[in-house]
Amino acid sequence: MTFRISRRMAVPLSTVAVVSLALTACGGGTTKSSSSGDTSGAAATTAAKADPNAPLKEGLKIAYLPKQLNNPYTDVEVGGGKVAVGEIKGDYKLVGPNDASASSQVSYINTLIQQQQDVIVVAANDPNAVCPSLNQARKAGIKVVSFDSDASKDCRDAFINQATTQGIGESLVKMASELAGGAGEIAVLSATPNATNQNSWIEVMKTELAKPENAKLKLVKVAYGNDDDQKSFTEAQGLLQSYPKLKVIVSPTTVGIAAASRYVSASSYKGKVAITGLGLPNQMRQYVKDGTVKKFALWNPADIGYLAAYAGAALKSGQITGAEGEKFKAGKLGEYTVGAAGEIVLGPPTEFTAANIDKFDF
Amino acid sequence: MFTKFANWNVAIIGVTIAVLIIAAATVDNFGTAQNFGFLILDLLPIALVALPMTLVIVTGEIDLSVASTLGLSSAVMGYLWNQNQPIETIIPLCLLLGAVLGAVNGFFVTVLGLPSLAVTIGTLALYRGLAFVVLGDGAVADFPAQYTDWVTGNIGGTSIPNVLIVIVILAAVFGVILHATPVGRAVFAVGASEQAARFAGVRPGRLKFWLYVVSGVVAGLAGLLWTLRYSSARADNGAGLELAVVAAVLLGGVSIFGGKGALPGVIAGVLLLASLQNALRLSDVSNEALNVVTGVLLIVSVLAPNLATAVRSSLQRRRHRPEPL
Repeated sequence: MTFRISRRMAVPLSTVAVVSLALTACGGGTTKSSSSGDTSGAAATTAAKADPNAPLKEGLKIAYLPKQLNNPYTDVEVGGGKVAVGEIKGDYKLVGPNDASASSQVSYINTLIQQQQDVIVVAANDPNAVCPSLNQARKAGIKVVSFDSDASKDCRDAFINQATTQGIGESLVKMASELAGGAGEIAVLSATPNATNQNSWIEVMKTELAKPENAKLKLVKVAYGNDDDQKSFTEAQGLLQSYPKLKVIVSPTTVGIAAASRYVSASSYKGKVAITGLGLPNQMRQYVKDGTVKKFALWNPADIGYLAAYAGAALKSGQITGAEGEKFKAGKLGEYTVGAAGEIVLGPPTEFTAANIDKFDF
Repeated sequence: MFTKFANWNVAIIGVTIAVLIIAAATVDNFGTAQNFGFLILDLLPIALVALPMTLVIVTGEIDLSVASTLGLSSAVMGYLWNQNQPIETIIPLCLLLGAVLGAVNGFFVTVLGLPSLAVTIGTLALYRGLAFVVLGDGAVADFPAQYTDWVTGNIGGTSIPNVLIVIVILAAVFGVILHATPVGRAVFAVGASEQAARFAGVRPGRLKFWLYVVSGVVAGLAGLLWTLRYSSARADNGAGLELAVVAAVLLGGVSIFGGKGALPGVIAGVLLLASLQNALRLSDVSNEALNVVTGVLLIVSVLAPNLATAVRSSLQRRRHRPEPL
């Protein structure tokens, strides 16, 4: 009864290992690349000077590394990237961890270095943990574009920012003013009292409301729904009961705007009180269709991925180096200018209305 | 005991070498020096923690708290660095912390006699929780460049990573202890039969206690190296690593029931898992497929020895069955 036989087992075992290796290698890959041959130029050399007239290279290998795979929002983002990579005749690849932990992206970056990609588009789970390997990638001539969640400034070439705080705040006030007809009471339904991004948007809103053109708009209250559906629902209810003359509820959070819309759509306030803010088209579609919500906004995640591909291609082609003031063209989105510290802002949020909402699926 | 499992060791080492050769021949960029460096860095924490884990499992116990110890060590390192402590003070403190955390496990298992599975699942949650208490969900990044560069760097002008030195030295130390000292013989004896070991003059409780302490120290060291490698001290560092470690140890031929195992097999197991993952990723295989491969490998590794025995004894029975007239 010894394990002498296990030497014989070595053969089947190694067969299993090798076969499974072979099977999976042929099977479900994460790449969608058509492997259309060699990278034109294979230029590892970095042009120190930007040449805005440099032709956009074809056949660039552009890899997306989101925070994690199988996330609906991420899927839309990288979906836009895939479209853009197709437009510039590049090779699109998507890789990423199943968990959004700090260090899980590093071995993917290392793999992409080995595969000699031209551009890595990354949403960093930890701005520093990815830094050493991103810099290794840049040393190997790979251009690094961060999106969604920036890596440290000194280890990427450009950052695609979805929208500025100022842009979002302005857009919220503009929509509220339009819906209120330029005058009347408005209220904000936010997330938690200490949510940094919410508070900075609300600050911008207050500055905007202080301007003379918005003098007739009055912000009566900022309520907090804690990004909890039930709490947001009751807070919306409370606002409408406390302020009978309320014209608009502005909810800059996807949870809040959906809960407020649900309450209003089923109440006597429907048609009298407008709801707007930042929301997801798929969550808001029914309220737009039934007339409860006339318009709301959010950046278009597909455009973030789309812009990132063009920025990466412009970097790799030498049109830009990531320095402030450089300009490049991003397909259907038009021309963009690189801001301070390599930041490229997508633009003002997209407004969704009954006319266009069916074009968006996220 | 050792010779009994020598065959599995030969098998797993053979499979590992075969996989390395096949991958180098068929997977683009697998056989490069740079990839070798990445491979070593990727398997570093698993390889380190697997060494004391092998001894713990051979005694018939388990330590599932290692990844949380790693995380707490990393969190404390970040906290102390934020408090402007010199790194030369932080390093011994984190190793000491590992020892204390290991001693807590050892105390519950040996003094109170609780099952190690239950104890270390408890401390798995407890130590991770403490890590978040210490550092919250923030990250500390600005560790001194000479340390982070050493961990990610190579020896001289070669492409051999510096950290390979750490792995080789510790593997040698643990290999000698397990296979060439009375302590190692006691480890096997306790795993085979605690009662018999006690009659033979071994004190199982004391032995296990110190194994847990060593396991904690090495997990603390892995926390330090992890933090320096990623330049990022975080409470969630190394989350889930304990399963990879146990997997590698079992794949290396160590019996989960104790008493059997050898360190060369474990090293091969770690290398096999890491190079398979590396090669499959380079071939653009999806994460899901990668998990399936790892899972199948593990089941095979646990099943194979038992299956082999069963097949063999059934064959023997058939051979000895009297011929019908």
